[in-house]
Amino acid sequence: MTDGPAPVLAAELIRWSWVGRHLDDIRDNLVQHVELTGLALLFGLLLAFPLALAAVQWPRLYGPILGFTGVLFTIPSLALFILLIPFTGLQIQTALIGLTIYTLLILVRNIVEGLRGVDNDVREAAEAMGFTRARQLFQVELPLALPVIIAGVRIATVTTIGLVTVTALIGWGGLGQLFIEGFTLNFSTPIIIGIVLSALLAFTADLLLVGLQNRLTPWARSSGR
Amino acid sequence: MRRIRLGGAATAVAACLALLLAACGGGNDALEGGSQQNGGSTVTVGSTNFSEQLILAQMYAAVLEKAGVKVDTRLNLGAREVVFPALEKGDIDLLPEYNGSVLSFLDPKATQTTSEEVNTALAPLLDAKGLVALDESPAEDKDGWAVTKETADKYGLAKISDLKGKASQLVVGGPPELKTRPAGLPGLKSVYGIEDFKEFKALDAGGPLTTSALNKGDIDVGRVFTTQGAIAANNWVLLEEDKPLEPAQNIVPIGRKDAMTDQVKQALNAISAKITTEELTKLNKLVDVDKEDPEKVANDWLTQQGLL
Amino acid sequence: MTVINEVFTWLTDPAQWSGPDGIPVRTLQHLYYSLLATAIAAAIALPIGVFIGHTGRGALVAVNLTNLGRAIPSLGIIILMFTLVGFGIVPVLVALIALAVPPIVTNSYIGIRSVDRDVREAAEGMGMRGRQVLWQVELPVAMPLIMAGIRTSAVQVVATATLAAFVGLGGLGRYLIDGLSQRDLAQVVGGAILVAVLSLLTELVLGRVQALVVSPGVAGRAADAAVRAKVEKAA
Repeated sequence: MTDGPAPVLAAELIRWSWVGRHLDDIRDNLVQHVELTGLALLFGLLLAFPLALAAVQWPRLYGPILGFTGVLFTIPSLALFILLIPFTGLQIQTALIGLTIYTLLILVRNIVEGLRGVDNDVREAAEAMGFTRARQLFQVELPLALPVIIAGVRIATVTTIGLVTVTALIGWGGLGQLFIEGFTLNFSTPIIIGIVLSALLAFTADLLLVGLQNRLTPWARSSGR
Repeated sequence: MRRIRLGGAATAVAACLALLLAACGGGNDALEGGSQQNGGSTVTVGSTNFSEQLILAQMYAAVLEKAGVKVDTRLNLGAREVVFPALEKGDIDLLPEYNGSVLSFLDPKATQTTSEEVNTALAPLLDAKGLVALDESPAEDKDGWAVTKETADKYGLAKISDLKGKASQLVVGGPPELKTRPAGLPGLKSVYGIEDFKEFKALDAGGPLTTSALNKGDIDVGRVFTTQGAIAANNWVLLEEDKPLEPAQNIVPIGRKDAMTDQVKQALNAISAKITTEELTKLNKLVDVDKEDPEKVANDWLTQQGLL
Repeated sequence: MTVINEVFTWLTDPAQWSGPDGIPVRTLQHLYYSLLATAIAAAIALPIGVFIGHTGRGALVAVNLTNLGRAIPSLGIIILMFTLVGFGIVPVLVALIALAVPPIVTNSYIGIRSVDRDVREAAEGMGMRGRQVLWQVELPVAMPLIMAGIRTSAVQVVATATLAAFVGLGGLGRYLIDGLSQRDLAQVVGGAILVAVLSLLTELVLGRVQALVVSPGVAGRAADAAVRAKVEKAA
């Protein structure tokens, strides 16, 4: 089958019969995608918080941490996954380690930014009221930093959902497997389904997070813009 | 000071932890994607991305299941560079392979060409990695060279040695390792005396890139696999191999020694004997051209052959 | 670690720096795809973002476009385009342009929007009409944010242009794909380092360009606008 003229392909962009036959596979891919994303975000958050707190506590660290994470982010994700293969093979760790690193990079920046954005007056007021450092952090600074932190989680989530597709090249991929299938079979249907579903997944996740943000920070709900 | 309700966040964190525990708890196929057991009861059949591989892997899985073996499949894993190490590591237990290709993968300088030579050279290399090759099939999917009908007519190309004297005007395309493998471009030079091509484009191994580039004229000569459905579908001319260069490429199941029980061996050897090059080419066409499902194609064929 | 040695050897090998597979050629190819895609994306995205900012219509889309744009998987786009049009530069360009457009739209919109009402009113008070306000006041003031958007896009594009090698083209991604094929980890690492360096250089160079392009009077206000944009984005 040559890459024929556009009219022929346009009629065949989605072969719905294929979709019908593959609903199970598509669902499995979707589930894998969600789980990979969820785990990467969880680990990313767990690792990002301590790093961010360190950067806030010792501002001298901030520059280097920012620089380091910025550089790591420019490393092509595919390279990172390839480099992990000799160590962790095709097990899920390979995909998860790579995904977590990228999530981490985004989250550290946003958590730091959020915490630093808290007005000094507020912090001083809390201190004056006798709050311990820990109480200050958890009852004052974090809640106030939440909008920016959640903005970071939103970005990390959507970015990770996209990155998960790249893991298809190392045996995982979630919905990305549909891309590879379409590629090797020269068949647009699975590719389009994959793109649409991952975009929908990202969109839904984003909406859910916005909802979460509004519930957690009712005082910060904006009107208009 | 207003007390912050972190109830919502606590719920979210709890949900995430539950997710984590569920995933680690195992038994979730979508996430785990495969058994880690070696020598245990489940045999994990893997494959690379190509349709022929998918068909063969599904065949192996089907007959193993019929023989009462517990089977898991991890297909579409990627290129051999990614998949074979997974076999060595135990992430998968069994792969449909090609003896010549595995040999040159494990020993990039290998030059054996006949089936016997290849198998003999391969056995110790596999053994050293805890792997074993089962019986091979008569079916072979060899590496070949294809040109479009127009190019064949224009330059008068029917066999590989016809390329001599004309290669300098032609662009050749294939997998990146074509440039260095003995059976690749260096082999054309040493065995056929063919001069350097005008240009080499690194594409893929008989995949969509090479197909598209060949059809569009971005390359004139392409590395293909002889059983590909694309050859007939695009009316390409497969250049005849008139001198021995390409190694034998019999289809052979390669598995981890501890997973290849007698039961497994028996089941697989039974079908290997029946797979011929013509049959395989037909099955490839069904998947590549007619877009049928590899699993269905494999099962139909097995039923026809009375193996299922 | 010997891998580090191998990478160092690979990077400093003079053979790597010459010929059609050499680092200079691959880097130029990589820059070509990136520049072309970013330029086309800017040509599409700037007018849209500015228009939405100036007229206020379609604001919801503009603000959320960046996040939505991130949801489009570049790998999927490039594979889809390849399946539809075949071998060539179009699949890469489409995927990279799709990646580059959203940040430019969003930042241009926010940039124009964040122009102080007072400034706009002063301009109108001076007798300027719509289009004049746009060109002589809003755009220059919004320039820092617009440039930030272009910078963000450009850096992302440079990092993602490695995908070109996935569909048989050139660029620094070739070292990743070929390195994987030839089981040459040094090549993969070397290629990754080169891409990272190129991305960082892009960020730096465009930072300089921004400093040149932004009018000095505005530069001081850039901080205000940036902060305002952050607050709006977080809201």
